[in-house]
Amino acid sequence: MSTAIDTPPATTEEVTAQGKARAKRGETLAGWAFAAPFAVLFGLFLVVPALYGLYLSFTGETLTGAGSGLVGFSNYADALRDPDMWKSLGNTLWFTALSTIPLVVLSLALALLVNLGLPGRWLWRLSFFLPYLLASTVVVMFWSWMYNPTLGLINGVLAKFGAAPVAWLQDPKVAMISVVITTLWWTIGFNFLLYLAALQNIPEQQFEAAALDGAGKWRQLFSIVIPQLAPTTALLVTLQILASLKVFDQIYMLTNGGPAGTTRSIVQYIYESGFTGYRFGYSSAISYLFFALIVLVSLAQYKLINRRSVA
Amino acid sequence: MSTYTLSRGVRPSIKQTHKPGENPWSVSRMAALLVLAVLAVTWLVPFGWAVLTSLKSEADAGASQITLNPPDGFSFEAYRKVLSAGDIPSWAWNSLITSVAITLITVATSALAGYAFSRVNFKGKRLLYAAIIAAIIIPPQLLIVPLFRQMLAFNLVDTYWGIILPQAFAPAMVLILKRFFDQIPVELEDAARVDGAGRLRVFWSVVLPLSRPILAAVAIFVFIGAWNNFLWPFIVTTDADLMTLPVGLQTVKSAYGLQYAQNMASAILAALPLVVVFLFFQRQIVKGIATTGFGGQ
Repeated sequence: MSTAIDTPPATTEEVTAQGKARAKRGETLAGWAFAAPFAVLFGLFLVVPALYGLYLSFTGETLTGAGSGLVGFSNYADALRDPDMWKSLGNTLWFTALSTIPLVVLSLALALLVNLGLPGRWLWRLSFFLPYLLASTVVVMFWSWMYNPTLGLINGVLAKFGAAPVAWLQDPKVAMISVVITTLWWTIGFNFLLYLAALQNIPEQQFEAAALDGAGKWRQLFSIVIPQLAPTTALLVTLQILASLKVFDQIYMLTNGGPAGTTRSIVQYIYESGFTGYRFGYSSAISYLFFALIVLVSLAQYKLINRRSVA
Repeated sequence: MSTYTLSRGVRPSIKQTHKPGENPWSVSRMAALLVLAVLAVTWLVPFGWAVLTSLKSEADAGASQITLNPPDGFSFEAYRKVLSAGDIPSWAWNSLITSVAITLITVATSALAGYAFSRVNFKGKRLLYAAIIAAIIIPPQLLIVPLFRQMLAFNLVDTYWGIILPQAFAPAMVLILKRFFDQIPVELEDAARVDGAGRLRVFWSVVLPLSRPILAAVAIFVFIGAWNNFLWPFIVTTDADLMTLPVGLQTVKSAYGLQYAQNMASAILAALPLVVVFLFFQRQIVKGIATTGFGGQ
């Protein structure tokens, strides 16, 4: 508290000025009182580790503390020369490309179909959304069983049609596709729900007007529905790319990054460098390189979306 | 659970989209129905196959012949074995405790902070707000190493708080709630303030009751995320007694080895709580996901 409050004010101007200052201080106090519980957690468990990680990335820190001390940019230089880092980054980008497109396009198709008003609406919604409620571990247990080379349902059905069994998780050419299929099954429900909600927000009058103009169903789809959904599509593409870049759980548990590192994601590489290699400094440096990529992607998307909404 | 509608723009979910003049049994509608049915069945197959396997004997589950009519018939034997082993109930309890705590703390802190951003002009507000927006793009996965070392220093490894605290705040939810509070007319609060109610009182008795639907939406979203989170609990717990369901199951997955029926029974048991909750609160959950997914707009 300032001492100015204690000295008696001489003029009315001073009174109001002091009153305003006090009100302002009161506001600041109230504001921080409300924000404090969040700000403390945010500071302790996000800002502090983010800064601490940045510091670690410039050290040679390991589990035992051996070789600690500042090492400048050498972790970053090592990471940029590390073929395993590039390979897992490449896998991550490949997974993002393979998963984002079907996760957006197929979810739109499902939402359009369900929104036709056919009977059994709740059942359709349930079927497509249910997997989203499952933990990654459960999803992986279901799909490891489906993909089992000798006992799995998929190869069993293939055998009934006389087809050769496929090594879904063991064949380097197929493993990533299998991971993408599992991811599609697991997470499409979220995109589907968002599209469904957006579809219901399109004003009915637009369809009536279009119908009066003689536009058929398909015409309406391309001239009304898809343009009206553009903001939702932009949002979903953004969320989806960022989510896919962070992939870890299902790959780690389905293939453990194999066969021969063909599915190892960058987050798994960060995890392994830190928690099995115990190279904390190195792991943090890769985290920050990857974070730089995420910032770039976010900025690019922000620019693209803003330009489109202006046009 | 509240039955408020979250957004006036969203029409009731049961809606007939075919126009009065349109034939509801037209060929194109039947074709669409067929496509939808095939897709829905495809989506349910991994689920159904897991349930079927879990009801078989281990011998039948491990047989390579695909059959819907196993020689030993169906029973709950695998479930009995898995439950009597005792790990799953205790992991479910750990999941429940930590997810409920994460949800309560996240909703409370986000609502308070969101209100401060919406209504109070305090010093440092813009800086904190900018920090929150910047934080939204930081993936928590990238902080595992420094956060784990921090937890070691705080002695929180292998504790409930170690699981809970790093998950108990959500910058995105603060923004969602701030946007919601922005839409509440200030006059409603002014009336209460004239009567001498303090900020906290106004927040509690005027703002919160008006915000029940959005708070429920945020709570649902946070709870599902916490219940299913794998990476952080996996890193911060090594003691099997403290593991959450997703983490504990991962250790069992390999331990059961070739016992496929028990493997699937434990997966089904782990999936069951959220599936049952979803069946009861389908509408609220769907709306909650849609609202929070759109950032509260």
